[in-house]
Amino acid sequence: MSATPPAGTASLKLARSNRQSPARKRVDRFGDLALFLICAAAAVLALVVLILIAKETFEGAQPAFAKFGLGFITHQEWAPPLDKFGGRGLIFGTLITSAMALVIGGPVAISIGIFLALLAPASVRNLISPLVEMLAAIPSVILGFWGVIILGPVLVSTIEPFLHNTLGFIPLFGEPQTTGLSIFNAGLILTIMVIPIIASVSRDLFMAVPRELQDGAAALGSTRWEVIRGVVLPSTVSGMTAACLLGLGRALGEAIAVSQVVGGGTESHLSLFKTGGTMASLIALQFNSAVSKLHTSSLYYLAALLLIIGVGSNLLASWVGQRFGGAGGAVR
Amino acid sequence: MSIFRRHVEQEFDPTQPLVATGNLRRRHLASRIIQCLAIAAALAAVAVLVIVVWAVVAHGAKAISWEFITAGYPKGIGPYLIGTAEIVGIATLLAMPVGVLIALFLTEFAGRRWTRPVQLILDVMNGLPSIIIAVFIFLLIVAPAEQQSGLAAAIALSIIEVPLIARGTQEVLNLVPGAQREAADALGVARWRSILTIILPAASGGIVTATILSVARAAGETAPMLLLNSLAKGDVVQFNPFEEIPNVPVRIFQLSEEANPEGFTEAWGLSLILIVIILALGLSSRALLNRSKRKLTR
Repeated sequence: MSATPPAGTASLKLARSNRQSPARKRVDRFGDLALFLICAAAAVLALVVLILIAKETFEGAQPAFAKFGLGFITHQEWAPPLDKFGGRGLIFGTLITSAMALVIGGPVAISIGIFLALLAPASVRNLISPLVEMLAAIPSVILGFWGVIILGPVLVSTIEPFLHNTLGFIPLFGEPQTTGLSIFNAGLILTIMVIPIIASVSRDLFMAVPRELQDGAAALGSTRWEVIRGVVLPSTVSGMTAACLLGLGRALGEAIAVSQVVGGGTESHLSLFKTGGTMASLIALQFNSAVSKLHTSSLYYLAALLLIIGVGSNLLASWVGQRFGGAGGAVR
Repeated sequence: MSIFRRHVEQEFDPTQPLVATGNLRRRHLASRIIQCLAIAAALAAVAVLVIVVWAVVAHGAKAISWEFITAGYPKGIGPYLIGTAEIVGIATLLAMPVGVLIALFLTEFAGRRWTRPVQLILDVMNGLPSIIIAVFIFLLIVAPAEQQSGLAAAIALSIIEVPLIARGTQEVLNLVPGAQREAADALGVARWRSILTIILPAASGGIVTATILSVARAAGETAPMLLLNSLAKGDVVQFNPFEEIPNVPVRIFQLSEEANPEGFTEAWGLSLILIVIILALGLSSRALLNRSKRKLTR
């Protein structure tokens, strides 16, 4: 759009030719329709892929569902050679690692959002924001590898014994194991993965809170924190909820990093420091080495459950953001 | 709010000088503590980034040499790098047109009625765990053909990339000034001509940015590679997409599962190269985005 056409003559000629030539009119009518149809087809394609994903996954899970029914969810034992499959330990592991990620990561991420949007000067914000987003760009396989080699030994030698000795009366902090591969390690890795997601969404949320409201509260004598607590946080509760649900969806579905650091167990137990497994990580670990049709199908069953939970948390996020909107408009 | 009530309860004495009472000092202290906590949270996130990247650089640098980058298995990683580039390239070629077209549908054609459902489809697609996409493509392509292939992995990656490209493109298309559209309409230019010759070129910078970002995301995706394309040995470069193609993420995953110190060194080296590529893509796309946004909103 660099050179503007000479005013009048050229554009007028173009307009006249558009009006007058029936051939061009026909081409244009066809072009409009064709472009619309192509674009609509792309959107429909996305929908078709989603539906196919659900259909294929549920069909794959059919044999396992026929054999175990809904009892799969509450049954404990996962023993491929014996053709016994139950998902309780894995569902439990998924929930406990994701909960850990949200409980630690949520407040930290929202604090980061507050810092970036409301406290930091623009220059600091422009420096830190990309760094936080870079954290999200680190591939999960590298984060998992780091968790195995670097984080695991540190946890075993210092943090886990400390927590066990001071808070050992809580069953969560049981006896530390030797390898460092544990539910706790997986929870920490997931924490690192959800923080940038929640932080960048909540930063956008807080930036969208009208300046006048904050200034009004400040003019009434509020301190910085009272402005945040009294104005910013209440008006973005729904958005923050949606952001946390997005983070939850990410944590639930993360397969690779968790499968590296969690140690590959299938039992349900309360101790954070033992090995465990999550639905996604078990699929990644056992899919290529499945011993029977039923084993594969049970993995599909897990995938179907994961699909339901993942899509559910996503829809819930978008519904919360929409329904209780307000300043939550910044949530996508 | 409780703080204001507390003020009112105190008896008002106009002759008192306006100085900070104990209450105000306490409130300022609370405020300062919270601010420090927020700063600490941000610093912690940056510290984690630095620790992870530093570990990768420190361990990976030992592995890097010219032979390491160019040679094949077992001495080097050349075939893995080329394989990853191939797969991501195919995935992007598949995903980019679809993503851009969906974005065009959203901004130019959808109207109020269709925007929300299509947006929701994109959101759900974006939130799908990649392992589920991998399982889906396995059932759709690999299981019937009874063979893993780079193409299957590329298709899975393209499903991951589409919502990212669509979202980024949509954001830039929304930045194209409405006046340009109206000017084209007023001149009697047909809709499709104005979209192809005015709106898309104006948004091209943003489209490229979104694509680069999605490439950075896809390059590190491991779950689809593991299920769909994990059997290649990596001694030779594989160009046929219907065969298994060696690739970086699966190699890192396999090495991290083996307890072999030499393997760990190789994995660090691979991680370093992958992370450098991904961060470079991320930074360049950010710079590009800022430039094209400035151009559009000027």
